[in-house]
Amino acid sequence: MPSRIEVALKDSVRDARGERIKREIEHFLHIPVAAVRTIDVYTVDANLSTEELQLAASGPFSDPVIQDWSINRTLAAGFDYAVEVGFRPGVTDNVGRTGREAVEYITGRAFAGGEGVYYAVQYLISGTLSADQVESIATGLLCNTLIQRYTVLSVADFLTCTGFSAQVPKVTGETKAVVKEIDLEVSDVELMKISKDGVLALTLDEMQIIQAHYRDPKILAERQKFGLGAKPTDVELECLAQTWSEHCKHKIFAGTVQYEDENGVKQEIKSLFKSFIQRTTKDVRERMGDKDFCLSVFKDNAGVIKFNEQHSLVFKVETHNSPSALDPYGGALTGIVGVNRDPFGTGQGSKLIFNTDVFCFADPFYTKPLPSRLLHPRRIYEGVVEGVEHGGNKSGIPTVNGSLVFDERFCGKPLVFCGTAGLMPAVVNNQPGHDKYIKPGDLIVMTGGRIGKDGIHGATFSSEELNENSPVTAVQIGDPITQKRMFDFLIRARDKGLYRFITDNGAGGLSSSIGEMAGECGGCRMDLSKAPLKYPGLNPWEILISEAQERMSLAVPPEQIDEFLAMAVRFGVEATVLGEFTDNGVFHMLYGEQTVAWLPMDFMHEGLPPMQLPAKWTPPHHAEPMLDEKKSYTDDLKRLLASLNICSKESVVRRYDHEVQGGSVIKPFSGVANDGPSDAAVVRPILDSFEGVVTAHGICPRYSDIDTYHMTANAVDEALRNYVAVGGSLELVAGLDNFCWCDPVQSDKTPDGAYKMAQLVRSNQALYDVCMDYNLPLISGKDSMKNDFYDGTTKISIPPTLLFSVIGKIDDARKAVTMDVKRPGDIVYLLGKTADELGGSEYLALSGAIGNKIPKVDTVKAYKRYQAYHEAVNRGTVASCHDLSDGGLAVAAAESAFAGGFGMNIDLSLMLWKGDAAGKSDCTLLFSESASRHLVTVHPEQRDAFEAVMSGNCFESIGVVTEGQELLITGLNGTSVVAAGLSDLKEAWQQTLRDL
Amino acid sequence: MKQTRAIVITGNGTNCEMEAAHACRLGGFDDTVIAHIAEILSGEISLDDFHFLNLTGGFLDGDDLGSAKAQANRLKNAVVAGSNEKLVEQFTRFIADGKLILGVCNGFQLMVKMGMLPGFDGGYLNQTVTLTHNDCGRFQDRWTYLKVDAASPSIFTRGIDKGIYLPVRHGEGKFLCDSNATLQRIENGHLAVLRYCDVDYAEATMEFPANPNGSTNAIAALCDPTGRLMGLMPHPEAFVHYTQHPRWTRENLPEEGDGLVLYKNAAEYVRRNLV
Repeated sequence: MPSRIEVALKDSVRDARGERIKREIEHFLHIPVAAVRTIDVYTVDANLSTEELQLAASGPFSDPVIQDWSINRTLAAGFDYAVEVGFRPGVTDNVGRTGREAVEYITGRAFAGGEGVYYAVQYLISGTLSADQVESIATGLLCNTLIQRYTVLSVADFLTCTGFSAQVPKVTGETKAVVKEIDLEVSDVELMKISKDGVLALTLDEMQIIQAHYRDPKILAERQKFGLGAKPTDVELECLAQTWSEHCKHKIFAGTVQYEDENGVKQEIKSLFKSFIQRTTKDVRERMGDKDFCLSVFKDNAGVIKFNEQHSLVFKVETHNSPSALDPYGGALTGIVGVNRDPFGTGQGSKLIFNTDVFCFADPFYTKPLPSRLLHPRRIYEGVVEGVEHGGNKSGIPTVNGSLVFDERFCGKPLVFCGTAGLMPAVVNNQPGHDKYIKPGDLIVMTGGRIGKDGIHGATFSSEELNENSPVTAVQIGDPITQKRMFDFLIRARDKGLYRFITDNGAGGLSSSIGEMAGECGGCRMDLSKAPLKYPGLNPWEILISEAQERMSLAVPPEQIDEFLAMAVRFGVEATVLGEFTDNGVFHMLYGEQTVAWLPMDFMHEGLPPMQLPAKWTPPHHAEPMLDEKKSYTDDLKRLLASLNICSKESVVRRYDHEVQGGSVIKPFSGVANDGPSDAAVVRPILDSFEGVVTAHGICPRYSDIDTYHMTANAVDEALRNYVAVGGSLELVAGLDNFCWCDPVQSDKTPDGAYKMAQLVRSNQALYDVCMDYNLPLISGKDSMKNDFYDGTTKISIPPTLLFSVIGKIDDARKAVTMDVKRPGDIVYLLGKTADELGGSEYLALSGAIGNKIPKVDTVKAYKRYQAYHEAVNRGTVASCHDLSDGGLAVAAAESAFAGGFGMNIDLSLMLWKGDAAGKSDCTLLFSESASRHLVTVHPEQRDAFEAVMSGNCFESIGVVTEGQELLITGLNGTSVVAAGLSDLKEAWQQTLRDL
Repeated sequence: MKQTRAIVITGNGTNCEMEAAHACRLGGFDDTVIAHIAEILSGEISLDDFHFLNLTGGFLDGDDLGSAKAQANRLKNAVVAGSNEKLVEQFTRFIADGKLILGVCNGFQLMVKMGMLPGFDGGYLNQTVTLTHNDCGRFQDRWTYLKVDAASPSIFTRGIDKGIYLPVRHGEGKFLCDSNATLQRIENGHLAVLRYCDVDYAEATMEFPANPNGSTNAIAALCDPTGRLMGLMPHPEAFVHYTQHPRWTRENLPEEGDGLVLYKNAAEYVRRNLV
């Protein structure tokens, strides 16, 4: 008989969680409620004595100072409706898991199979409410019905049935280990039905290739030896679907593109990845020669570069978009703890030193109707922000850099970019830290969490557009503590040399991790029945492809296995031997004695011919807005500062621990009141050294409406100019590209595929061109190519988006520069020229316009200027520096001034202009987003030194920092065009998202 | 001469062990060991060999049952391998031996939930105060001014003039007492070592964000009547060098950060009294 332990706050104690829910009900759902209080509910389904239950309730489950507890007796009182929300069967329940462990410590006995503790929350709502309103509170806010169940009781019903009954969301079932064979000797229509119904995301071509494989007599003869017939098993087909998924195989980036430009010039591109991304790195490295700092690029879970003689830096940025659309909290939490495993599983393993995150959402205040199945942008915002908060904070990794980007089209799919950097010893156990290998005979070991049905088909599902029938099981919920325990253990095992190879279990689960590892040595033999399961009832194919979280796969030499497993036990980490690596060229899966999959490695990895992708570029033309000359742009500036893309994100950023590990040098906020927006982050990963790691990013999807070539060029430039602004060195800096595109494959569903593909080609061209000029090798990256929503009638495609991240070094972090002005009398310089480039700007977006005059990057001049500026920083001549991006000069000047707490006088007539003088106006000078510009302040006594270092570059002094608390900008004809108090500007900038 | 030895316990979600150990070394401890709880439970490492115990920041067990609850339960019930001793006995012996314990953030939460603080009448396993969800309902990372009680018995804060400036990084930092009597004993004994206050360290404050969590009487730190046990929500190990200060690029700051004094005082105390 399961028991319910309820834990409620004493009446005198403020219920902060309840108050927050009340605010959110009123804010999101516009339903007034009088009060919300909450009760924690632990359903204990285990053989415990009454005394043991009481010890649990009064001990770990409650806090005697503020809480009361009860067993099988309701504590709720004084409410109109009660809503209880718990997890559905099989969903990761972290609190339940911790509760179970706590009970085990009390009793000294381990739980028996099938016993468990399950967590739920009871919300007690008071107010004049209809049943319908409570239902919408339950489904619209309290419960994500995909992963949670809820029960609503009115106070009358509650009294009648004396509260809620104990509910045990246990997964029931028994392991039958069913292996099905699939008949592929069917019509093409049937083949596609098999693919679609099974969420395999395989195309007809791919299905036919598989069909042909099973007709090969040599294959059939080999299969017979292992008791397999002519039909593929479900294990084999699922494994191929994972391995060949867009998510794992990057078929679009590997495909052959027939590109036609606007002049009709045609070009065949064999693999965008090889032709542009990989070539960028190769060409930059060749040019760097002896100064090449790249150690491991593209081949591992993350890129590795040199930091100093003793340490190497590791960096990876991932996306977790599709799961975040379905379950924002779980999807985003999994996104961050998932990307943590990438640097951890790179080389022989690295210590994680910081996270970065960039979210792209629709307007959280969106009021228009949404297609069914799409969550409101505000819920996505809340859930994603909280998921990444929990994942990052609990893992003890500082979140040092990021941004929030808004565009209405991201309601189709939010973009959730999560990055993690690591630090590894340059040499581990007499081997380069970034190298690893496998010997045939090494044991296949899985560590960490157990396998459940969570995350099944994640890889194939994210390779399709979101639709009404997207699978629930594709969502996982991360468990940062299980992962942290595993990392604590593995980093010590690394230093003892207890394993030879480590990699992450991410998309595709064991099929991908073991499949890739088997590629290292040429084969593997693994018994799926040995895998530890969360609950019975999983079939072999589900075990193989489950994306259950917190797992690493390792190759452990047989002579080390005893010590490895013993250490795992001591550290409370589950580790299981699943099989061994071989060199017989076969991916061989067993379930007990029975062979359930037998796939030649070369077919798995090389069996797929490149996709053929048409691409045709037709430049779009937008209406060119007429800009009326205004006498004052003060109101426009305030509107810009308040706009979603520019306004302060402090309410989000303060929820992320950006200082844990103690190495924070440049924090997300700078200035006299700790609230000005920093351009980049500086971190000291080694506390007794002043060498710093610098990271920054650039992202500007708005420009994709005009030309993705320049979108990309601006994103790369933005990342580097942010990096340079704080003092990052150009001698040691590398880039990471994350492409998030809408489906660019021409089809009935995507009639404009050739255009979207051309956008991708142009983006890649720019990536090569700009990175070459900036000496930026690309060390890692990722693409997510199906960011569309389609329900049969409405299609929403995201704007093509490139997140460009950079990681590099500042030799002495004590020389870093922040963006806040420092003292009155300092000279204000603008580095770089301004042009008539309002196309795609935030300024035009204020009036709903796009325009055409997109900012163009002059990479050669910019790079030379960045070098000179870095020297100026090294010589200590720079007091402050802020990059110019969204909103142009006016926004940058306002931010620097109010962050520093001093006014600024600027004269627009002093600004350097580029291009046709006809476009030069107060408006373009103030708001144009011309690339590669910095606003710098210099103490008067440093003036000569600064100007000497910068000489030969485009820069001009345009004003002065003042004692007064105002931003005063004089226009071309000598009259004031902006005059505003700093507190007004700051208030405009801070109020938009303050309460979120 | 015998070495002064500090230990930092990690594992199950502790996150600040590296910088806490760094602060101990900078503070002057001859030897500082980061010990995983597994190494203590296995008997490889014993608290008996150390003078200064650091229970530092993190998310023990993910805050799943309320911050530090699961670890408090683990420490009270778990047995050290190869002995009949419960781990908690090592802790009580450590205290009885006159040694020092500093709990920071999650470590402070652990100390109050085990009952180690305020430790009236030598009772170190009796919970009378707690730390719970911030009034704002959210995790907060922000810097706070902390006014010191100069009359406090805490050995850690000796020599602090008016106050110190440190970051808080927590979701559950609101200090509450089980009764008014407990609060009065804390106040009368000057056990509330630090309080959230204004920028001049003149007045304690209940105003957000200067007081980030709504703690009773703005209490940010607590010590036992001996002054050898102390817990605080702000992070002293996060400010031991000026580059960690949020405004170091605009203010002339001394080389050492405000938090280091706690570790220096601890090392000094150990050297004078325990070796």
